[in-house]
Amino acid sequence: MDGLELLIAASLNAGTALAIAGIGLLINERAGILNLGAEGMMLVAAIAGFATAVHTGSPWLAFVVGMLAGAALSACFGVLVIWLNTNQVATGLALSIFGGGFSAFVGIPYVQEKLGEQTQFQIPLLADIPFFGPALFRQHPMVYIAIALVAALAWFLYCTRAGLVLRAIGESPESAHALGYPVRRIRLMAVLAGGAMCGLAGAYISVIYTPLWVEGMIAGKGWIALALTTFATWRPARVLLGAYLFGGVTMLQFYLQGRGVHVPSQFLSMLPYLSTVVVLVLISRNAAWIRANMPASLGKSFFPGS
Amino acid sequence: MTLNTKRSLLTRAGWTVLAAAAVLAGCGKKEETPAPAASAPASAPVAAAAPASAPPLKVAFAYLGPAGDHGWTYAHDEARKAVEKEYGDKIQTSFVENVPESADAERVFRDMATQGNTLIFGTSFGYMEPMLKVAPDFKDAKFEHATGFKQLDNLRSYDSRSYMTAYLVGIIAGKMSKTGVVGVVGSIPVPEVIRNIDAYTLGAQSVNPKIKTKVVWVNSWFDPPKETEAAQSLINGGADVLLQNTDSTAVLQTAEKNKKWAFGWDSDMSKFAPNAHLASAVINWAPYYSKAIKEALDGSWKGNTATWWGIKEGANDVVAISDQVPQDVKDLVAKTKASMADGSFNVFHGPLLDNAGKEILKKDEVADDKLLGGLNFYVKGVDGKVPGGDKK
Repeated sequence: MDGLELLIAASLNAGTALAIAGIGLLINERAGILNLGAEGMMLVAAIAGFATAVHTGSPWLAFVVGMLAGAALSACFGVLVIWLNTNQVATGLALSIFGGGFSAFVGIPYVQEKLGEQTQFQIPLLADIPFFGPALFRQHPMVYIAIALVAALAWFLYCTRAGLVLRAIGESPESAHALGYPVRRIRLMAVLAGGAMCGLAGAYISVIYTPLWVEGMIAGKGWIALALTTFATWRPARVLLGAYLFGGVTMLQFYLQGRGVHVPSQFLSMLPYLSTVVVLVLISRNAAWIRANMPASLGKSFFPGS
Repeated sequence: MTLNTKRSLLTRAGWTVLAAAAVLAGCGKKEETPAPAASAPASAPVAAAAPASAPPLKVAFAYLGPAGDHGWTYAHDEARKAVEKEYGDKIQTSFVENVPESADAERVFRDMATQGNTLIFGTSFGYMEPMLKVAPDFKDAKFEHATGFKQLDNLRSYDSRSYMTAYLVGIIAGKMSKTGVVGVVGSIPVPEVIRNIDAYTLGAQSVNPKIKTKVVWVNSWFDPPKETEAAQSLINGGADVLLQNTDSTAVLQTAEKNKKWAFGWDSDMSKFAPNAHLASAVINWAPYYSKAIKEALDGSWKGNTATWWGIKEGANDVVAISDQVPQDVKDLVAKTKASMADGSFNVFHGPLLDNAGKEILKKDEVADDKLLGGLNFYVKGVDGKVPGGDKK
């Protein structure tokens, strides 16, 4: 198949933002917080990152600012949900909608801006390997950072004490509280970390992936990232796999269209979302398995002994 | 914190938020309408008494995307600003952006009409049904629908012959392409877009008969991330000169990143891709808007018509042709443009075959507006089938 290595490269690129956002949401959900505000956080971070890149010309600074913006927005969410015990679903949705409107408003003067020329990255020797070079080694560093983040999170969750405490809080905050752990503070830290990750993903999209700003440019990737965490049964490595699957199917539909495959383009457009639904259905067939994998306190408010 | 103090804190916080929201709602609005105290044409007594200072004509625009998209909507907004300058005090314009092509659009049009706007422009194909629903309820208002094909007594359609400029940039593409494959990022498979794909192909084939065209559909008028992915996949598939029918600058920027070429569409996009930009096929709505407003002001506005302007009337043009394009190509484009303007050249002329080999036009036949309006086939050289089938 001609162009397969380019398809793989494009899929990796397309899946990276989803993977990073998915990781952030995974941290949240492992602590028991369901943060539906992913889309809003990504949008706010996207405009923050884009504005930074416009004014300073540095994409890395833009990523940092994006992370801060995402964390700031998620901090509001965290305070509401953890200390005031508002309904997590409703608050998350409100955050999403707020993020969308706020980013659109702040972004008005930036709609006509453009960023400078982007540097093409490639790993020196590996990029020249016949098939795998173009497929895997000519990506923006963020693609590799995403993979590193997934590995780091997996190590954190399963090999460190702090990760164990986080998972424990996600399973049973009451027990953790009884043991003396500061449940709310740890949950807030998880929310902030998750917000930072979503922010990084949002900034990546607006600065590197599609270097421009228009309102709503995240176009639903935040929601896909949310579905990803369930799809991945809350395991980091599976989040990465799911992100690449989704990115891959998205690019596959354009690849097929470009080769004149006689399937209606509308159907091909539907494929990524359809494949997500199919996998979710397959996973959900065994309800017991879902229950065994899902953090037990996901979405439930925690009242420390009141 | 006990439950009671928490509750009162929440109540106080709630009231503060509500108050703040009320203040904000009063101050800012997405629509750029001037202070509501301004004259409402419906307040008849003043208008009847003094013809010398008639209240300004209220004109409203509904945009599909943001005015800053630098594409389709930007072109409409530039035209709005131009007629605002031209007519000064005689008109008062306002616009609403990001109106989706759904039931929400109906609400927006109703709102515009009830606010006293008597000339309302709906700038996207998908507003046709909502406008058809709203127009009968406001017999005094005049509705103008872009790119549609249904009319009423107080609703008429207007469009631009963008296929002419698609043909012209196709000439440039045919000359500049090194791989012999050009690409089109298609928005939604409606006749307008299919026409543009065909015209682009015909233009390219007029200078290089072996040109092939690949098409990828994003199924949206405006979706920068998808447009980027689509453009990337076209480039991966071998296309080196891209055309778009979508509304953002993403395709151009992707071409720039990959060191390929592309064209600006609907507006001058040259500044977004200094190396990749070859030319921009722009639409200038100002001449038509000026005519429509003049007719509304002097009372000669008639509905039930469909106006389709092109190069001759100044509605379409190719601008900002890059210096990378050789002078002889620029001259050919200028020559063809002139013959389109005086009517001696028709883009869709016979003999014309579709890409399945079926004959559409015989030698010396010219496509009429009816055929063009419902065009649903790819010409020879375009890969693939029209989505939705070739039902005539």
